[in-house]
Amino acid sequence: MLYNKAWRAIAYQLLAMTLVIGTGVYVVLNLQDALAARNIATGFGFLLQPAGFAIGETLLPFNSTDAFWRAYAVGITNTLFVSALAIVGATVVGVAVAFMRLSRNPLLSGVGRAYVEGFRNTPQLVQVIFWYALVTRLPHPRNPFVPVEGVLVSNRGLYLPAPAEQGAWFWALIAACLGLLLALAYLRHGERRRHETGRVRRLWPGMVLLVLVPPLLAWWLVGAPTAWVRPELQGFRVVGGFVFSPEFIALFLGLSLYIAAFIAEIVRAGLNAVSQGQREAARALGLKAWQIQRLVVVPQALRVIVPPATAQYVSLVKNSSLGVAIGYPELFNVNNTILTLSGHVLEAIAIMMAVYLSISLAVSAMMNAYNRSVQVQER
Amino acid sequence: MIGRLLLGVAAATVAGGLSPPAAHAGPSLDAIRERGTLICGANGSRAGFSLVNSEGRWEGMDTDVCRAVATAILGDAEKVEFVKVTSQTRFPALQTGEVDMLAANVTWTLTRDAKLGVDFVAPVFYDGQGFMLPRALGVNSVDELDGATVCVLPGSTSEKVVNDVFRARGMTYTPVVIEDQKELNNAFFAGRCDAQIQSTSGLSASRATVAANPEDYVILGEVFGKDPMGPVVREDDADLRDIVGWSVYALQQAEEFGITSANVEEMAQSEDPEILTFLGATGDLGEALGLSPDWASTMIQTVGNYGEIYARSFGEQSPLQLERGLNALWTDGGLHYPPPFK
Repeated sequence: MLYNKAWRAIAYQLLAMTLVIGTGVYVVLNLQDALAARNIATGFGFLLQPAGFAIGETLLPFNSTDAFWRAYAVGITNTLFVSALAIVGATVVGVAVAFMRLSRNPLLSGVGRAYVEGFRNTPQLVQVIFWYALVTRLPHPRNPFVPVEGVLVSNRGLYLPAPAEQGAWFWALIAACLGLLLALAYLRHGERRRHETGRVRRLWPGMVLLVLVPPLLAWWLVGAPTAWVRPELQGFRVVGGFVFSPEFIALFLGLSLYIAAFIAEIVRAGLNAVSQGQREAARALGLKAWQIQRLVVVPQALRVIVPPATAQYVSLVKNSSLGVAIGYPELFNVNNTILTLSGHVLEAIAIMMAVYLSISLAVSAMMNAYNRSVQVQER
Repeated sequence: MIGRLLLGVAAATVAGGLSPPAAHAGPSLDAIRERGTLICGANGSRAGFSLVNSEGRWEGMDTDVCRAVATAILGDAEKVEFVKVTSQTRFPALQTGEVDMLAANVTWTLTRDAKLGVDFVAPVFYDGQGFMLPRALGVNSVDELDGATVCVLPGSTSEKVVNDVFRARGMTYTPVVIEDQKELNNAFFAGRCDAQIQSTSGLSASRATVAANPEDYVILGEVFGKDPMGPVVREDDADLRDIVGWSVYALQQAEEFGITSANVEEMAQSEDPEILTFLGATGDLGEALGLSPDWASTMIQTVGNYGEIYARSFGEQSPLQLERGLNALWTDGGLHYPPPFK
């Protein structure tokens, strides 16, 4: 039996597994002993106790009598909010810069190159603090900068007018999302038809209609409200309208502009990876320039772009913890307060690590699913 | 029966008195003696408490407490290694044994004392939470701050105090929580917040060192909460705890006796038996703590008494210009009341 290859493999596996599990158990037990010996209170029961501190900007309702776990929920939603917007921002800026660098116009490609080198080669923390220093040096809300009537730019934040009846606009937003999904389905259907019949039909008029009509219809159905609330200074604070805080703006810029430099290089590499012969062949078939990009170059480039871009998105999410340096109440910042107010340092850090891990894994799972859809379909 | 019991007690007392003090030393104290240095966790960026000066030397009241303890244990004020800790890392650093003691402007509270496996020893500095605002706002009282944006350090007592103050008055506020003291000050002095809440010592330090024009900012007279600050040690070593506590008291007792770094040798010739006992010329106070007989006199000679430390850290010789207030000795109407050296 000892000489049986299969048995030996299993024995090694068992041995390795026992070692790993044994070490893990020993570490945990040792930790518990050490904590008990030092009279350090442990356990997750503290999550149900009242938090006793306030959080500056929240997407979920929160006040200081709520429990610690709600404070975590607030921190997590803020992390997700700033990360999601920054991923969109990084992608848009990154793709734009990539096309600038590929441009034959020396001015455009020079600016693109300067952008990439500048943002990629300075520490991200420095960039975040730079944006924050810049934003907090804007004028005070008592005499704000007003680029357009109703928009206030100040060192307390960027204030935008908001619709008075937010409920109505919520339905319009839902309808807009539905319309977008319908338009995408219409596009897919149209492409399949094109593959089957070989006839090229214009799809964009239908898509524009599908995107625009549902929200307009929803808006009209709930009574077509047109009233807007303008932000105004009352006492110490500006009341009314939407607000983006200086902390949010600085973190958003710091995250998206930094990662955009990496995305730009990834996109440029992806586009360059499509061989010249492909373009020549497409041109020989009589495709127009934009058709070459959309039908030949981009689908092949995506296969190269998506995996490294995933890594950048994940690192963007993790780097959102830099918010602690400038006071944006994301998970790391809130966790800092929780761990000192509750005294449960190990538990708080364990929770934080688990949350970051889950978010990062979720981002890469989504990107992997997308990656599968753009890979070569073997038939 | 009673006679035998008394005999037993007497024997135990004699045995206890005869055994060498070193045999009682706890694990932390032994480790310090073996290593030959005291490792002290300090903040390093709080003017008055601990600040690294332009020559790289640690200065401030907290660092002087560490030097006093090092003098008591090792006989040399320079045998201290300072480790920079923040308000988040200070307790884990102490709990894990990375530092022997904390002198990091830590506020003494029941929860911290009971739940963290650490012991608070003796208050060195009595502080409270105050609000600082631009003078131009014309605000005279906290009651006028409804709706204000308040800059606050995370996890500090301040974050809890500001919440309690505003809730008790039925007012609302927006906190801006920034971890780094420097960034917090930059944000506040750039006008990001209407007010900053912190310990009054911290506020006066920021105002003196960061504000372009200190005159433009007022610290409101209302002081909230109790912030007794002092050194912290692990629970596992009662001997170290005693030494740290009595080192602090010795600094204060020296001021009460009028012993300074300049006149300590002169005072050793004093007629006052209490002073002679304190300085180790008579009695066995040092031995009782497991220290050399002249521990207190060496300490005062190198570090100075509490009044001297206060003057160069917070008082007239420092940029902070903070009044003694609660930090005067009890004989001058303050709170520092060292127990008797008997």
